[in-house]
Amino acid sequence: MSQDYILSVKNICKYFPGVRALNCVDFDLVRGEVHALVGENGAGKSTLIKILSGVYTCDEGTCFIDGKNIEVLSSTGHINKDVGVIYQELNSAGYLTVAENVLFGKMPVRHGIVQWKEVYRQAAEYLDMVGLRISPKTKVQNLSIAQKQLIEIAKAISMDAKVIIMDEPTSALSPTEISSLFKVIRRLKSEGVSIIYISHKLDEVLEISDRVTILRDGCVVGTAGAGELDKEQLITMMVGREMKELFPVCHRDVHDRVLEVRGLSSDKVTDVTFHVNRGEIVGFSGLMGAGRTEMTNALYGIDKRAAGEILVGGVPLPPDSPQAAKRMGIGLVTENRKEQGIFASLSVKQNISVAALAQYAKSGVISRKREGSDVENIVREMSIKTPSLQQTINKLSGGNQQKALLARWLIDRNLKVLIVDEPTRGIDVAAKSEIYRILSRLAGEGLAIVMISSEMTEILGMCDRIYVMKDGRITGEFHKDAADERMLLEKAIS
Amino acid sequence: MTVKTSNRQSLLRKFGQSEISVLLVALIVLSVVTYLLKPVFLSQRNIMNTLRQISLSAICGFGLTLIILAGEIDLSVGSQQAVAGIVSVLVLNSTKSVLLAILAALLAGVVVGAINGLIVTKLKINSLIATLGTMAIWRGASMVYTQAVSIQSSVDAFQQLATGFIGPIPNAVVMAVVIFAAIYFLLNYTTFGRYIYVIGGNQDAARFAGLPVARVKMAVYIIGSVLTMFAGVLLASRMASAQPTAGTGLEMIVIASIILGGVSLSGGIGSIVGATIGMVILGVLQNALTLMDVSSFWQDISRGVVIILAVALDVLRKERVAKSLISDQKLAREEVK
Repeated sequence: MSQDYILSVKNICKYFPGVRALNCVDFDLVRGEVHALVGENGAGKSTLIKILSGVYTCDEGTCFIDGKNIEVLSSTGHINKDVGVIYQELNSAGYLTVAENVLFGKMPVRHGIVQWKEVYRQAAEYLDMVGLRISPKTKVQNLSIAQKQLIEIAKAISMDAKVIIMDEPTSALSPTEISSLFKVIRRLKSEGVSIIYISHKLDEVLEISDRVTILRDGCVVGTAGAGELDKEQLITMMVGREMKELFPVCHRDVHDRVLEVRGLSSDKVTDVTFHVNRGEIVGFSGLMGAGRTEMTNALYGIDKRAAGEILVGGVPLPPDSPQAAKRMGIGLVTENRKEQGIFASLSVKQNISVAALAQYAKSGVISRKREGSDVENIVREMSIKTPSLQQTINKLSGGNQQKALLARWLIDRNLKVLIVDEPTRGIDVAAKSEIYRILSRLAGEGLAIVMISSEMTEILGMCDRIYVMKDGRITGEFHKDAADERMLLEKAIS
Repeated sequence: MTVKTSNRQSLLRKFGQSEISVLLVALIVLSVVTYLLKPVFLSQRNIMNTLRQISLSAICGFGLTLIILAGEIDLSVGSQQAVAGIVSVLVLNSTKSVLLAILAALLAGVVVGAINGLIVTKLKINSLIATLGTMAIWRGASMVYTQAVSIQSSVDAFQQLATGFIGPIPNAVVMAVVIFAAIYFLLNYTTFGRYIYVIGGNQDAARFAGLPVARVKMAVYIIGSVLTMFAGVLLASRMASAQPTAGTGLEMIVIASIILGGVSLSGGIGSIVGATIGMVILGVLQNALTLMDVSSFWQDISRGVVIILAVALDVLRKERVAKSLISDQKLAREEVK
């Protein structure tokens, strides 16, 4: 082939403790091509991006960008300048102006003094290239998410990036914003910029990209022209099996309301009303930033409750007190395992027993024997893989850490409602299906479960009822049998 | 056979890696060197004097260890000692009761600790700043109240408190040992102790686990101040007077010894045993320098060096943890293969 490859990756492998994140991955990018990368969470997409942009070094394999071997570059600690990444969570400096963001690190300077006129002139040029008609003097914090995204793209162009990686660029955009983004992408393409496009939205992937590479469990399943694929094929390749097999089948008896939330409002959510029954898994779907995590924070008392009433088993829950929420039988596994979940310096045992510690104590003195035997039992029951209970938890794999966090609540004999926020984020497929099995077993045993997830397949596969949120409000409620991906997405966007 | 040797090796390595063994070795080396240079170091009189000296700062240090383990700091301990001396000597002189004098100082400790705790938990002010403020306030208040003049104790029995002996052992040492035992129990066997480690380790996660974060912080500040005030009473007792300058610079010495003893300044990591050994090392060092007629100015300099070494040790420790993570990673990689 006499193709003009701007980027070419051969045999890349990357290991994390207990996980093989990438396994002999080959990937290439033609100049002026849009190449989509699809796969489930944990398939290795973000690891690959981070290797390409120089955040990680690969353990094996070679990676050439524009003829340069980037392993040599990144091992010296330089972030690769040829590759611009537009991350899912945008990291523009909000209090700076558009111009300062766009020309970040590349300010026109004479004798050490910034030439502001020149700054605004250049910035306006780049803004024009991405079709953004705003003043370069606007503060970035006043822009919409779509505009911020375009700012990031302009920034990448200003830095002469030859490859632009877009990570879920449309997850928070409206349909009109998406079509104008696509216009910008096509224009960049015609100017010879190559784009790696990562998205869960397969229709968009098939529309915008020239080729698609499917990753699963750290391996490339296949690469094909977008015209040769349809959505069903893609899904089968991504999941590697029929959806039915991933989610346990079960028939649950759903009865009496355990959790009732009426008109819950906080700084970030408005008038949220829903209920959960014993033995039921209730899903919360929606786009990134739809207010689902903020809803649980208001429910659990982390954020200040502005209005509304919460009943647990008919008893009102006092506001603004996580302690009270725990006492009344609510458990919360956060989406942010590292920052809000684990105690990295403590042992597996201490991590698991911490929330229910009071049940092993008599007038404040812990019975280590009872604590130890309970923890031992649950570790065995949930097959958490750890060399010993004294092992510090940060040496466990992500999946086992997540199971330990579930165990932290399940060990509490008083637990009535378990809220899990993105319970399978960043863990491999095997651990994922284990967590699905655990959750549905628990529901079968009568626990009420609230599950927040951005993966629609997960929500549709696991939940009995589904609420959809947008802008801090509930915009739809569906029964499992009456919902599909399109309906959920519609409620999440419109 | 091979298994046995490798077992022994790993045991040895474990011993070498454990913080406490390193500290003990440092303490022994320091003591032996001092003894060789100044044999008087191991005389009973010197040992008891040094231990009494160490006990006074250790009683304060036990409380501060709890605060640091919980992820906070208290810079106002030195100033609190001045307040403790003034309160106790004033009450002593007007009531002639040593017991009431102690109780009054402990009560003042509850108030002072609660103030620090409230500023940190309710006003949500960074504890470094908050206690830097209260440090200046208590010192200033002590100076204002006494007009920078010391207040003499008028009761002879008061002096016995810190200078008396039980058998051959100074009172202060006995008290320090009792308090050490209580703190050891608290940290290792109670829910409160576990919460201190947990909150210091990751305050956000503790909140999400529904733990009483603010209450535990209030409690460590109050315990810390009560112990500091008690040490302040002992100091006043030893000098038979309340000094408005008492405890100046104490916070730095105590914090340095605690860090030296392996307690992480960011909270959640460390033990009371390590912290105590750290305090003993710094106390012995001071005694050694005094015996060798090193001027107090040079002692300040050497203490500064030890502080920096202690923090450097902390950094090295963290690097070692990171390295062990990497070697685990390599192991995992081989397993996968």
